Amino acid sequence: MKRQIPLALVFIFGVILIIQYFVPHEKSEWIFEFLMDWIYIIGIFALALGIWSLIRVSWDKIRLRRENWQYSVVALLGLTAMIFFGFDYFRNFFNAAGLQNFMFRHFFDYVMIPIQSTMFSLLAFFIASASYRAFRARSLLASLLLLAALIVMIRFNPYFGPLTAYLEQTASWLLNVPNLAAKRAIVIGVGLGIVATALKVILGIERAYLGKD
Amino acid sequence: MNIFERMMSVDRRWVFLFLALVCVITYKVDFPVEVRVTEEVRKIHNFIDTLKPGDYIFVAIDYDPNSLAELHPMTYAIVEQAWRKNLKIVFTALSQNGPGMADQAIRDISDSLRLPKTYNGVTYPARDIVNGIDYIFLGYKPYPALVIAGMGQNFRLPFPTDYYGTPLDSLPMMRGIQNYNQMKCVVDISGTSGIDMWIAYGQTRYGFPLALGLTGVMAADYYPYLNSGQVFGMMGGILGAAQYEKLAQNPGNALDMMRIQLYAHMVIILFIIIGNIGFLVSRRAKNQ
Repeated sequence: MKRQIPLALVFIFGVILIIQYFVPHEKSEWIFEFLMDWIYIIGIFALALGIWSLIRVSWDKIRLRRENWQYSVVALLGLTAMIFFGFDYFRNFFNAAGLQNFMFRHFFDYVMIPIQSTMFSLLAFFIASASYRAFRARSLLASLLLLAALIVMIRFNPYFGPLTAYLEQTASWLLNVPNLAAKRAIVIGVGLGIVATALKVILGIERAYLGKD
Repeated sequence: MNIFERMMSVDRRWVFLFLALVCVITYKVDFPVEVRVTEEVRKIHNFIDTLKPGDYIFVAIDYDPNSLAELHPMTYAIVEQAWRKNLKIVFTALSQNGPGMADQAIRDISDSLRLPKTYNGVTYPARDIVNGIDYIFLGYKPYPALVIAGMGQNFRLPFPTDYYGTPLDSLPMMRGIQNYNQMKCVVDISGTSGIDMWIAYGQTRYGFPLALGLTGVMAADYYPYLNSGQVFGMMGGILGAAQYEKLAQNPGNALDMMRIQLYAHMVIILFIIIGNIGFLVSRRAKNQ
């Protein structure tokens, strides 16, 4: 029963959602709305579990003074502050104000945005270093890759004068012919793979998601 | 270690330092860089430009602060152009930190609209942008595939209220607006794989014209959709945003950043060439 009930649920709801997708009817809309509510309810439980897990792991780290425990203090403070300011306690208890709240918005604009932007901007430096090391003309294929990368990178460089137009055309050909052919093959392959996996899950052939017990 | 071997193994900290210096200098020294416009960007601009006042477009702001530098300028350029032309916009943000991005963009662009401006020879008077009349912001809901599919049936399915808690039916702009059928196009500006969902669950199923704004590294992945006609236009990275700003005659951050990107690319190319000269000469010496 422990395995049969989940398998039956996956089969029933999988088939219902496939049918629902192709039937534009009022009843079909109702089914979609109903199932979507259920998905959000299940998601909220997962969210609660995630928050609980973060609090427990951070708290243990602080309590046992593990390496870099100070970061866990910052993580917990950030979590508490954003939850506190996310709800508009002062005007209407438990009314989710989010970005309308002055403090929430300021934390987002002046803490979250600079932190995430900084992390991402560091990527430029790592890409520069990785390009320098990886793009070596070791073989014919590596040389072709190097050449293609250089053409795409300099295609809009205005300092190449009349060459720019040719570089642009070549880069456009590289993107629209070899790149497109390879990407299209990957996309079609991935699409077929998704359909096969979904069918295997719905029909109960693929059961890894059930765990080992 | 001879000079060529050294050229092959420059300490990465020198690469970092040199790149940082070039970025800082080109940021400080202001000079124009010529930007050439590609067809995929021009198509989006021309599409928006030919819409009539009162037409609706849908703008999905599906990116987090980490892609802000590349994607915010696209949002600013398109939304400002649309509002100057008195188009009405339905916004969503289907990435977790997207609402913050959308909220910031709406505030800033609304401020900009309070001043008169001239684009492409046409002077647009100043005006106030009003929530519920000029735009609505639906906000964020998890599971983008479900939300996109749900909005195709009715916006009210995933979003009975807007982001600020106002029921959609009470907003004047939403009278008679049900789903994508009333939208002239959907513009998805995204730094996530949410684009795939807009294509698979949105465009393919409901057939609306879809334009994409995406980060530079993602651009190459979406040429198949451009070629198949599923996507009618595409802006890739800061270069795409700069091209749009140039077309809209509304210079912003993207055009400003082009000189930094141009010289940063030249530094990377320089290091690649140095590394390859060292590699080829060293290999030749070894073979002899």
